[in-house]
This record gives sequence, structure tokens and C-alpha cells, in this order.
Amino acid sequence: MSVTTPDLEAPPSVPQEQTTSPKRKTSTFARVAKYTLLKMVSIFLSVIIAVYLTILIANMGGYVDQIVRGQIREFIGQQLRADQNYQQMDPAAKNEFFLAQVERAEKRYGLDKPFAVRSLTFLWNAIRMDFGTAQLMASDTGSRQVKLIILDRLGPTLLLVGASNLLLFFGSIALALMLSRSYGNFWDKLIIGFSPTSSAPSWFYGLFLILLFAAVLRWLPFGGMIDSPPPRDQLGYILNVGKHLILPTLAIILSNLFISIYNWRTFFLIYSSEDYVEMAKAKGLSDRDIQYRYILRPTLPTIITSFALLVIGLWTGLILTEGVFQWPGLGRTFITAIGLYDTPVIVALTIIYAYLLAITVFVLDFVYALVDPRVKIGS
Amino acid sequence: MQGIIKGFQQLLKYPSAVIGLALILILFVVSILTVVFIPRDEAIRLWRGGEAIWGQNPKTVPPAWTNLFRSKKLPETIVLTLNDEATQTEINERSEGENRIIVYSFNYTADEAPQDVVFSFTSRYATRNPFVSIFWITPDGREIRLMEQGINYNFSYRATQDTKLSRRLGGLSPEIGLFDNPETEAVDILKGQYQIVVDYITFENDSSISKADVILHGKVYGLFGTDHQRRDLTIGILWGVPIALAFGLVASFGTSIAAIIFAALGVWYGGWVDELIQRITEINLNLPVLSILIMIGTFYSKSITTILGATVLLSIFSGAIKSYRAIFMQVKESPYIEAARSYGASSSRIIFSYLIPRVTPLLIPGLVLGVPSFVFLEATLASLNLGDPVLPTWGKIIYEAWGTGGAVYNGFYYWILEPAILLIITGLGFALVGFAMDRIFNPRLRDI
Repeated sequence: MSVTTPDLEAPPSVPQEQTTSPKRKTSTFARVAKYTLLKMVSIFLSVIIAVYLTILIANMGGYVDQIVRGQIREFIGQQLRADQNYQQMDPAAKNEFFLAQVERAEKRYGLDKPFAVRSLTFLWNAIRMDFGTAQLMASDTGSRQVKLIILDRLGPTLLLVGASNLLLFFGSIALALMLSRSYGNFWDKLIIGFSPTSSAPSWFYGLFLILLFAAVLRWLPFGGMIDSPPPRDQLGYILNVGKHLILPTLAIILSNLFISIYNWRTFFLIYSSEDYVEMAKAKGLSDRDIQYRYILRPTLPTIITSFALLVIGLWTGLILTEGVFQWPGLGRTFITAIGLYDTPVIVALTIIYAYLLAITVFVLDFVYALVDPRVKIGS
Repeated sequence: MQGIIKGFQQLLKYPSAVIGLALILILFVVSILTVVFIPRDEAIRLWRGGEAIWGQNPKTVPPAWTNLFRSKKLPETIVLTLNDEATQTEINERSEGENRIIVYSFNYTADEAPQDVVFSFTSRYATRNPFVSIFWITPDGREIRLMEQGINYNFSYRATQDTKLSRRLGGLSPEIGLFDNPETEAVDILKGQYQIVVDYITFENDSSISKADVILHGKVYGLFGTDHQRRDLTIGILWGVPIALAFGLVASFGTSIAAIIFAALGVWYGGWVDELIQRITEINLNLPVLSILIMIGTFYSKSITTILGATVLLSIFSGAIKSYRAIFMQVKESPYIEAARSYGASSSRIIFSYLIPRVTPLLIPGLVLGVPSFVFLEATLASLNLGDPVLPTWGKIIYEAWGTGGAVYNGFYYWILEPAILLIITGLGFALVGFAMDRIFNPRLRDI
């Protein structure tokens, strides 16, 4: 959690009248497209570096290699023990045969090449989302492919993140605008007083929400995404998922709401003392108009930047939140993989989180380009 | 420097900041006392100790002070030994060995039965083991036979596991049946003076029973209660304080100071240095920090120092460095820097003596506000079972309560609430002070 103060280096541009000439429009489009493309390339590069770093850390001291080697030996040993011909060989030949088999397998896995080369292979595989096979875990369809395991679990995570982020974003903006209007009154002070509570992560709120609403009051389910057995009809299914969604969403919103309101209210207050707002007031524009066109518009880029930072923090906090709520998403899979020590799944999930982060940053950057007059109009 | 001192004086004008400072002070005092009175090795030994250390404690019971808020008082643990004053012994010599009758007595006042009634014996013999009979005498004079059997060197008898006794007590669970008043229909705990008679015979001259303890496991314990391994949670809760504070402070200060230095270096030298730092920051923002910490914890080491080091490294180039950079950009253009440059001050002198001290007041709030998030980060990692392998921390207690202990489903709420509330207090203390500091040191916010 951090209190982000608006970046005053670049003063906000005064909202300009929309021009309607078609020529102007294409140039705006071109600017946004150029900005987006540049951002895309830079984010893509940083993702590749992030993924490579992940591979390096995962292979710290060749530790992962050792695990793979051990597994190869164990697997081949088991295979050979079941082999009648092998049983009858004399010990020296047995050992030689075993070592030859191990060497062949290691070569097949590429373990004979230096790490620098192998890490590049890993990187290429990771970019193509080819994460190999899991050691112990399996997807819903029973497949050992890490990719399928992750795809299975991606939906629930996106549902949770989407629901909570949208509510959080629009809820905070609405509340912050309301508070900035009635600055200094009881509600304003109350919300500001609550802002320190945002230092706790969402899983922590989850503990209390489960204790209160599931364990003590028994109003809502302890966790999971759907009752067992699930309702037959579609409407019942949706409502049931919705019921399970309430507590985790609430936990995520609670842990971020007050700090975002506090930050954004501050932005609104700073911008609402600008001269052009005074001017608008003097012209006798309605409060609503002033708020949306003169305060919210120029603040939006700053708010989106601060929201991006918030979402980045939220992605990682989600792992344990899913664990606490038994939400069948990526986070819970991560926890299971840690418990089972399933190396390929752990590495793959770390990389997937890097991708998801990058996509989030990219989407928010795109929205930023759409609302920031400096990009749109060019300065 | 004077600005900072003035700022701190102003801090005392904010009631919220005073509360925050008081909370932090209490936590500091508690952690110093904890480290002094329960040294690290002792804490580890106790926390990792098994039945030998904690055998006499009840399992997963709330703190003793919760009785103050209960209408039905729960029993505390009662331990009766051979050396107690109330214990009477009568010895009858036999031709070989002896016959001893030991009478324990205790006054039972609680409104509920204990968790378990346990007898624990240590005996000495060569070939023929001693024979023990135990009788339970209730305040209304009934005599209930508990067990009659020969015992080996270390023997314990748990009433809860005696199904025959349960049948004789009319199907009630033994630990309840022993205290129930049979006259009433419902379970009604009979209060008063109970007696336990342990009558044993040894068959050899050298044979004896050196320990015969009676433990009535209570339903409340100590200041913080116990966990599923019968451990006194006090140790874990108290040791969590210094660990949380140390982790939060070191991580926050380490990260902020490094970030400030890097931001200053980037701004001062500009060019490729600045470019590099900015690019690293952008890449770092795309790194899933928690996932990488999890990877380090699983593959490499769970030790708190490793995790701390990795946390600091991964947090230096975060969003904060961007806002520091913006501040330095403004300061760099100030006339006094220009003056320093013109009289030939070296770059390092300008950075460390002029640039950084000038902006320090602006950065202090962020430093303090960063502490809670790192305290919670440690708790998050520990709750993923990636906590320090030996030291007890709050996160580890939450993990055990939530996971293996099933505290939510079994209603052991105190077990989760204790570490959680302490986490809140720690977070709140630093957050209150930080927010007040933000208003004092950030002049733009002061007007609002």
C-alpha cells in the first residue's frame, strides 16, 4: 500500500472541445495506435526479461536440474526393475545398462547442454506456453499437461478479478467524487479514518468475512465456487456462483477501497481548485457538468496510473485469497503445487502471472491512451 | 534535519498519530522483553517440542481470561502429583514388594467437565510389573472403578478412550460421566470435593512407582490458549512481535533507502544510468513478486533472512522509485545545487549531502507506511506454509489454525483471531503514524 500523490511535473491539460473534422480524427487514431504499439513492444520486451528471470531463479544453483535428474533415475530404475531380461544380467552389466539409459534420457531432456543454451529453450517454450507435463497434478480432464491444468483454472480467476476490479474502480471513483464534493464533513472524515485499514491484504479480510458470514452467521458458503451438486438449470447455476462470489469479491474490495478513495479524493480536491474549474463555476455550469467534464476528465489519467499499481498488487495478493476461499482458480492451484512440490506447475504459474500482469498493464495503458489528452491530442 | 524534528513535534498534535506511536512503542517493549526473557533458542526448543514438553496442556482451548465473559465457567487444567500436600499415601509392606494406597483430592468448581482425565505412571521393576487399580470418588460418595491392570515402565490411561467405562456410566463420554450428577436427567456437573484412589501392588522388593500424575485437562489455558499440538500459544504470539517488527522495518527501510539512492543517482547522472534504472523499474513492475518469492521459498530456502533479502531486492525498483525520481527532478534544478556545482562539489557530495537530505522529509511517510505491507507480506508467505522453518510467526500460526487445525470449522476462533488482531494492531500503529506524517511532511496535502 502506498499513498500516491499526483505527479505535478506535468500540469493537466485543459479539456478541449472535441473536434469533429474527419482528418483530425484519423490523426488521433494514429497517435493512439502509435502510443499503444510502442507500449506493446516495451511491455513485450519486459515480459520476456521477466520470464527469463523467472527461469533463472527457478534454476538457482541447478536445483531444478537435480530434481529432473533424480526423477529420470527413479523412473528408469522402476522401468528396468519390471524388465525380465534386465533381471537376469550380471551386476556390472546391469549398472552399465542403467547408466546408458539414464544418459540417453538426460540427452532427450536436453540436460547435457550448458544451462545458457537450455535456458533459451525454456524461454522459447515458455513464450509458446509450452510448459511440459506436471509431476503429480492433473487437469480436470485427467491430462498431465501443465498448459491444460492452467487453462482449466484461468476462468474462475478471471471471473473473480474482473468482478472485484470493476466494482472497485467504479465504486471508488463514485465515492471519491462524492466525498470531494462534501469535503471535511463526517463521511469524509470517516472514510479517511478508515484508509489505514488498506494495509491488510485481501486474504486477511477474507479470514474475518468467513468467520463472520460463514462460520457464525451461516448466511454464505465457506468457500468454493459452486454447491455440490451444482444446480441443474442455468439461472440457478449463475445465482449459485454469484452467491459464492460475494465474500471473495467483498474481501478484495474491502482491502483496497479506502486507500483508493483516499488517494483519488485527494486528486479530485487538487484539481478542483484549478482556475478553469473556478471559471466553470463562475459561468454557472451545473455541479454535475463541472464534476464530470472539468474535474474527472483531467484526473482520469492519473487515476488510471494509480489504479494500475493497485491492480498489480492485487494480482499477487490473490493467490492466498483464492486459497482462503477455496476458489478453484490459479492461486489455489499454485498453493496445491507448492504443497505437492510440483516444479513445472510452479514455474509455469509464475510465468502465467507475469503474462497476466503484463496484459493488465497493457490494457490499462491502452485506456490511459484513450483518456489522456496529451497522447490523444499530442503535445 | 531541523525540519524532521519539527515534523515530529507536530506529529504529537495529531491524536491518531499519538495512538499509533503508543501502539508501536508497546510493540517494541513487548518484543524486547520477549527476546530477553525467552531467548531465541529457548523459543525454538519450546515451539518444536512435542508431548514431552506440552503433554500436560489441553488441546485447542481458548485463553483462560475468556471465562470472565462466560456464564458457564470452563475448567482450568488441574494437575495432581504424589508430592502434593493434599495427596495422602498409606503403605502396607508385603513379603515381596508393597501395597500403596494413594488418595488424591481436589475441589471442582467449574460448570463444565474437563477435556480429559489422564493418569500417567512411571514404574520400575525387573520381571513382574506392578498392578494398579484406580477408583473415582464423587462428592456424593459414589465410587467408580476406572481401571485395574498391570502397567509397564511408562504407562498412561486416558479416561476418554475407555469405552467400557463409558458403558458403565450410562453411555456418557467418560470425562463427562465422572462429573455428572446421576440424579438429574440432563448433564449436570457436580461441584465439590472429589477423591481419586490409586491402589497399587508391587511384586518385587526393588519395584516401585516413581511418578503417578493425574491430569485433568482444562477447557481454557493461559493467556493465549493452546493449539492442536497442545503448545502454549503465548510463545508463538510473543515471538511473532519481534519477527514482524524486524521484517517490516528492515524491509521497508532497506527498500526505501535503496530506492532513494538509485533515484538520486539516476536523476543526477542522467543519460544511460537514468535510462537503465527506468527500464529496470518497468521490468520489475511486470514481475509477479509474490510468485517469485514463493518460488524462492519452495526451491531455495524458507529462512526468514533469505526471504527478507529477496523481498528487498524485488521491491527496490517499484512504483515508489518513480515518484522519488519526480521529486529529485524538481530539486535538481534548485539554485543551491547549481551553487554547489559551481564551487566544484563532487557528484557524490552533491547526491548524498545535498540532494538526498533535502528530500528526506518527503520520503519519511512512505517509509513508515511501507512497514505494514511488509509485515503482512511475511504473514502472507507464512500462511502459504513458506514461513521460517524454525521460528514461530503469526503467519505460521494462522496457517496452522486455518489449515491443519481446521479452526474455522471447529469453532476455535481465538486461534485465528489472536495473531490476526496483533497483525492489525501492528499495521494500524504504523499506518496511523504514516498517514499523519504524510500530512505534515507533504505540504500539498496539508492544505487539504
